[in-house]
Amino acid sequence: MIFHDVIHELTAILVTTVFASTPMLYAALGELVTEKSGVLNLGIEGMMLVGAIVGFAVTTLTGSAIFGVAAAALAGAAVSSVFAVLTLLLLANQVACGLALTIFGTGLSALIGRSYIGKPLARIPQLHIPQLTDIPLIGPLIFGQDALVYLSVAMAVAVYWFLNRTRSGLILRSVGENHDAAHALGYSVVGIRFLAVLFGGAMSGIGGSYLSLAYTPLWSEGMTAGRGWIALACVTFSTWRAGRVLLGAYLFGFFTIAQLHAQAFGVPIAPEFLSMTPYIATIVVLVLISRKASLVRMHAPACLGQVFNAG
Amino acid sequence: MLRLEPRAQPSTRMMLATPVLAVLLTLLAGLVLFAILGVNPFDAMYAFFIQPVENWYGVAELGVKATPLILCAVGLAIAIRANIWNIGAEGQLVMGGIFGGGLGLFWSDGGGLWVLPAMFIAGAIGGALWGAIPAFLKTRFNANEILTSLMLTYVAQLLLEKLIHGPWRDPKGFNFPQSKPFESYASIAPMFEGTRLGFGFVIALIVAVGGWLLLSRSFLGFQIKVIGLAAPAAGYAGFSQRRITWATLMLSGALAGVAGVNEVAGPIGQILPSISPGYGFTAIIVAFLGRLHPLGIVIAALLIALSYIGGDAAQMSMNLPVAVASVFQGMLLFFLLATEVLIRYRIRGRRRIVHG
Repeated sequence: MIFHDVIHELTAILVTTVFASTPMLYAALGELVTEKSGVLNLGIEGMMLVGAIVGFAVTTLTGSAIFGVAAAALAGAAVSSVFAVLTLLLLANQVACGLALTIFGTGLSALIGRSYIGKPLARIPQLHIPQLTDIPLIGPLIFGQDALVYLSVAMAVAVYWFLNRTRSGLILRSVGENHDAAHALGYSVVGIRFLAVLFGGAMSGIGGSYLSLAYTPLWSEGMTAGRGWIALACVTFSTWRAGRVLLGAYLFGFFTIAQLHAQAFGVPIAPEFLSMTPYIATIVVLVLISRKASLVRMHAPACLGQVFNAG
Repeated sequence: MLRLEPRAQPSTRMMLATPVLAVLLTLLAGLVLFAILGVNPFDAMYAFFIQPVENWYGVAELGVKATPLILCAVGLAIAIRANIWNIGAEGQLVMGGIFGGGLGLFWSDGGGLWVLPAMFIAGAIGGALWGAIPAFLKTRFNANEILTSLMLTYVAQLLLEKLIHGPWRDPKGFNFPQSKPFESYASIAPMFEGTRLGFGFVIALIVAVGGWLLLSRSFLGFQIKVIGLAAPAAGYAGFSQRRITWATLMLSGALAGVAGVNEVAGPIGQILPSISPGYGFTAIIVAFLGRLHPLGIVIAALLIALSYIGGDAAQMSMNLPVAVASVFQGMLLFFLLATEVLIRYRIRGRRRIVHG
């Protein structure tokens, strides 16, 4: 019987880890593509919040989560386009614009969301295949997830394939490595970066909508609670490689969840201290990766954060 | 097609004109926003920007809200000038409140005139220590200060909640999460009858002047500016990037810490689980609106303070959500960054090349 309980608890931890990781995985994959093109967008938190409320609102209004998620992606891309215009066309500082996007997105989402606070919404459905889903541990983990979880893993593979195995991915990377050379070869640096920023915005939007449609599922102001920033840390952690983004998102998701389970278990540590763990873990992981300066320098896109003006 | 042509020299005229232009564009966008929300834009604008400062109390409130914004923004501006992005001022403010407020709270041995100064020093130390962590992690481990300082904000906030829900809770407070009110010797009295404006505002003004002197008249300020503009040149000149990283992060942390003490000992009067409505983040906007110039920051802080008070007032009189204020603040920063292009570039029409 004890064995059964352990399996049960372990399943709960792993399944909820998947829930907690998925929003960060979407956002981090989007940011990876954006950064690979040479643009640093610090507005993830704002874009996720806009995605969370738009996804929630549209799902409530239409009754369809598919419309909700699509709208969240569009909304994320729409707010990221403001960032793209400022940084790529008006050559503004990327760090400052990203912060502005986060502040603006936080306010805008609260404004849109004021009539949705406390409203219930059914969680998006999870797969259930008789027999398969009922297998202990593996069943719920592999055969019992919702569509967005499967899509997020597929996106990780797709982003890896795009960046490393396609001609377009190679061009995008070349723009991020050396925009002057890419420009001289006749590639539209601004156009490619614009698309990369929009992709990042759409992915952050979907990630945000996962929070409000599956993770909680409800809307509350500032519900991302720093996940956008943790997603940003994921990209550095991964040293700009798609496979490791997946690993990183799941690692950070685990930190978020483990402390919640520890609280539920009644671990004799104050809940406030346990709640600190995802943030402290992010710092620790970031330190471990950044410590090898040469590793970061070798993998970081050489033009990351730099302004490009073709004249 | 339009084309951006770099100017040989940044335009001083544009440097002064763009903040005004950005404010006007924000107001214009605000009119549209209110129209979309279905409220009369002119009524809303009146409720937001004029009604709150129609009496002396409202004018004094401008100073109350501007105080923490100036303190945080001056430090952030100095750091940004050195290309150090401290976005954890909010956490450093909270640590200042914990250190300074804690000292005031547990000073049981009667009080003297020196208790408040001691609290301010403790708050500055608390903020500086919290700023020193990202400095250490950046100089020793090359860790990005944007992420570490931000993550530490969440940690500081949770620590404050733990203290107020636990050992620092007022035993006579009916179990509300709040500390006992500060004794009179540990609180800041208003400078004028019927307002909440304390001498913190004067400190903030002194800090702004001090920040200006530091940047314009001191060798440290010179090093900060050189490192920010041309890091390799600073390297050849023998300026230490490490030292400037430590100095700017600890200085901005200390100033945010002072803001934290001022909040708890001044307008709030006790320690609550939340001691700032995001002053540390808004200060980033203030720093940019003030053109990263300590004296410009004073004007910018008063303007942003108006958006805070206006947000509260519009919520009460017109039932508008408080979030409108942060939408305004975000838009202002967008417009400011967008118009900044005019300082460094001329906009030219693309001329067609005529082959003769």
